[in-house]
Amino acid sequence: MTMDEIPFWADLLGSLLLISGSLLTLIGSLGLLRLPNLFSRMHGITLGNTLGLGCVLLASILIASIYAERFVFQEVLITLFMISTSPVTTILLMRSGIYRKRADTGKKPEAGQDTN
Amino acid sequence: MKRWPSLTLFTVILFALWLLLNDSLAPGQLLLGLILTVVITASTAAIRPLRAHPHHLLTALGLFFVVLIDIIRSNIAVAGIILGPAKRRFSSGFMKIPLDLRDPYGLAALACIITATPGTVWAGLSPDGGTLTIHVLDLQDEGAWVRTIKQRYERRLMEIFE
Repeated sequence: MTMDEIPFWADLLGSLLLISGSLLTLIGSLGLLRLPNLFSRMHGITLGNTLGLGCVLLASILIASIYAERFVFQEVLITLFMISTSPVTTILLMRSGIYRKRADTGKKPEAGQDTN
Repeated sequence: MKRWPSLTLFTVILFALWLLLNDSLAPGQLLLGLILTVVITASTAAIRPLRAHPHHLLTALGLFFVVLIDIIRSNIAVAGIILGPAKRRFSSGFMKIPLDLRDPYGLAALACIITATPGTVWAGLSPDGGTLTIHVLDLQDEGAWVRTIKQRYERRLMEIFE
């Protein structure tokens, strides 16, 4: 099987999806640098977990389906496992951040905008 | 036998997962999958003391698309905040939301939705279950966040699980 068998539109669409997925993940990681504290940095990472991953998986489904000449959608499983597992670690991280802040300052983080 | 609907749903989902993992509809896989899912469902029933009673599966489908749209929209919003001026990057914070949803499976689903959506992370539930604390990256308009979570997610989850 050669690369010529992938039609131009699929090539283009797949590349666009891959690039936008990687860009989103990159922007999310950039958040680690640009955001001020632990709690807000956690939001940036989610970009790569959700739409970033989604774009890459869509590209994978598209190209794999064309190669196999039928609809391949096993990638959906990755989304499923990601959605059911990543919130658990995110919430754990958030909880431990809150406890650390409480240990540092002697009180729970208050509602309202973060004080830095 | 009120427990059967959720048991069958669980079995069906496991069965579909098995077939998808193996990427085949061969008779051998169908049989193996069937045996596995029935055995797993029966043997894990004891360690799942609380049964979910999801109904209104159409609402669940609607919720799926609502969440999908929100995830895409907030991806763009959060990317904008990260690349944007410093003023918006420093407006994150905790906020509280009064909650009417009580079903543990509904709450678990809500926790997944809120955390999976960029820009909001579940930060805790009060001991009485009536107040949810979330951390929001863009804490400009608290009312808008309360409306989003109560009307877009909580109302549908209560329809599905309660």
